[in-house]
Amino acid sequence: MSDKILLDYGSGGRASHRLVADLFLKHLGNPELNRLNDAARIDLTGPLAMSTDTFTVDPIFFPGGDIGSLAVHGTVNDVSMLGAAPRFLTCGFILEEGLPIADLTRIVASMGKAAQEAGVLVVAGDTKVVPKGAVDKIFINTTGIGEIIANPVPSGESARPGDAILVTGSVGDHGLAILSTRQGLSFGTPVLSDAASLNHSIARLLKAVPEIHVLRDPTRGGLATTVNEIALSSKVCCELDEEAIPVRPEVRGGCSFLGLDPLYLANEGKFLCFLPGALADKALEVLRADPLCTGAVRIGTVTDAHPGKVVLKTPLGGTRLLNMLEGEQLPRIC
Amino acid sequence: MSQALLEQFHDPALCRDLLERLKAELSGELRFMEVCGTHTVAIFQSGLRSLLPKEIVHLSGPGCPVCVTHESEVNAFLDLAGRPGVILATFGDLMRVPGRKGHNLKNAQADGARVAVVYSPSDALKLAQDNPTDTVVFLGVGFETTAPTVAATVLTAKAQGLTNFQVLSFHKLVPPALEVLLADEGTRIDAFILPGHVSAIIGLEPYKVIASRFGKAAAITGFEPVDILSALVFLARCKKEGRAEVANLYRRVVADAGNPKARAIMAQVFTPSDALWRGIGRIPGSGLELADSFAAFDAKKHFGLVIEDCPPLPGCKCGDVLKGRIRPDQCPLFKKSCTPAKPVGPCMVSTEGSCAAYYKYQVD
Repeated sequence: MSDKILLDYGSGGRASHRLVADLFLKHLGNPELNRLNDAARIDLTGPLAMSTDTFTVDPIFFPGGDIGSLAVHGTVNDVSMLGAAPRFLTCGFILEEGLPIADLTRIVASMGKAAQEAGVLVVAGDTKVVPKGAVDKIFINTTGIGEIIANPVPSGESARPGDAILVTGSVGDHGLAILSTRQGLSFGTPVLSDAASLNHSIARLLKAVPEIHVLRDPTRGGLATTVNEIALSSKVCCELDEEAIPVRPEVRGGCSFLGLDPLYLANEGKFLCFLPGALADKALEVLRADPLCTGAVRIGTVTDAHPGKVVLKTPLGGTRLLNMLEGEQLPRIC
Repeated sequence: MSQALLEQFHDPALCRDLLERLKAELSGELRFMEVCGTHTVAIFQSGLRSLLPKEIVHLSGPGCPVCVTHESEVNAFLDLAGRPGVILATFGDLMRVPGRKGHNLKNAQADGARVAVVYSPSDALKLAQDNPTDTVVFLGVGFETTAPTVAATVLTAKAQGLTNFQVLSFHKLVPPALEVLLADEGTRIDAFILPGHVSAIIGLEPYKVIASRFGKAAAITGFEPVDILSALVFLARCKKEGRAEVANLYRRVVADAGNPKARAIMAQVFTPSDALWRGIGRIPGSGLELADSFAAFDAKKHFGLVIEDCPPLPGCKCGDVLKGRIRPDQCPLFKKSCTPAKPVGPCMVSTEGSCAAYYKYQVD
């Protein structure tokens, strides 16, 4: 094989077959995928959850992860947020001509490892190669399907006044890890992306506390945008305590340097949980025993004061609106 | 300044104490205006605005250079953007400022204009060095804070003999605009919080007229809650005692004499001129244009640009907002046809504009 991806590899001919056998099956293979049929046969029961996401992150390797592991975590998490146990993934690759095979190998191996840890099988895939400049190195789409294990099913429109709002740990880590790598900045303590599959954490939480109203992972747009989306869909007011929202000192420092607000930075390994206030302590106890959620805290309460809005109590004791992200999105972060 | 020291400037207990002192000093209504957009954002973002006693009326002034960039100035950018061989270099927040028919530099870029977002005028100089066959025009928008760096860049360009670097200077000066606001009979302002960064250059002297001619109090202060509250305590006390005084309460950054070296560079490269302020109109002596000896770097002269006044945008009340006559939410366009995503007027354009801050942070 050449040491770079050539247009031949997307031709469907022998070159494509070699790429599939030597690289994709080696790292992602399982009995169903190995059959190389046009479609995968899967067995699932009951109500299902399905989600798709496309990953274009720049840089493709970043502290704490890469585009491959992120493509698995992102979709596994989206499926999990409906109170589901993700089972199968499909993945589509768009590769830029000239991408080093070594980079692709590293990315696919990382996907394989992430899928194995999350307990999901990649059962279908596709690869296209496009001329240099038509995409930036590699774009990956993953689609996931899983069985719903929650009853009631958590949903963005189900927040109710009196609900406690929990977050499972520090916010802004992924966004700052990406931005600081891109800007070539290094801070005293390196900031790692928090990217991780949260399906096992969600399953444990649902088993202990089934009465959860909303589960959502605050990815693009960060915590502020996600809480706003929930306030709008549920027609409730979310009152957050700014001091209670966990932000690592190095993330706060980096944000201050780059002129960013950590509440709007993406997270890839945290989730928000809305549930009746009386159950908050029990849920926090379960979460804190989970290695991915040790920093879980209550950050606010749902009220009916200003439906559709998020109100932030500042450390001074004042209040202000926490609005959706305005204007231009930050460059590609997932 | 160390992080620990900075923390003290937003210490909640100290702020509560200052709020109590402020209440004790108040003698009826106190209508204050902050001149600088960074203060506007600080007052909202810290939640301070929601804690101020009800006798305090908070008004936001014209203190964001992007906000006061006139439509006709934006039209001049847009005219230049279309020309072959021209690369515009600009600070990012000018990209969305609307000019003729709501068009902005982002639209121009989509139409093929070459617009580079830079973080400093020296980046624009580098762009000129890297593109010797093109003319790089730096859009000089800003107050006394920015003008000295632009002036220094022009001096460097001259020293290097660069012939493809020019400045379109729409710099504006803060004191003449304050005088216009104070002289306007419709303006109801008791006291001013003066900008920290601009004052670091110009010092205390240019503001003294606020007290001597107009009989109002004013304070230069920093951007932390403790700074702002200390200034309000001072302004309330002045009003109670019937005292007109201008004080520098930001001595950790601002020297009373300002920065004479920066002013000297400014005076060498620029000369004062009349300028158009969006929402206010023409203010004599409130702008800076390149001095004759630097005419070779003057994009206005090189491209023969004529900056003519044009009528304000229909329905837009930014002029009244900038003068403190109405609150942003009293403008009929606010949150309706005018939002940060699609701004009609200048106060909604910049993230430091008073309408944008109101939209983003105000709960009701």
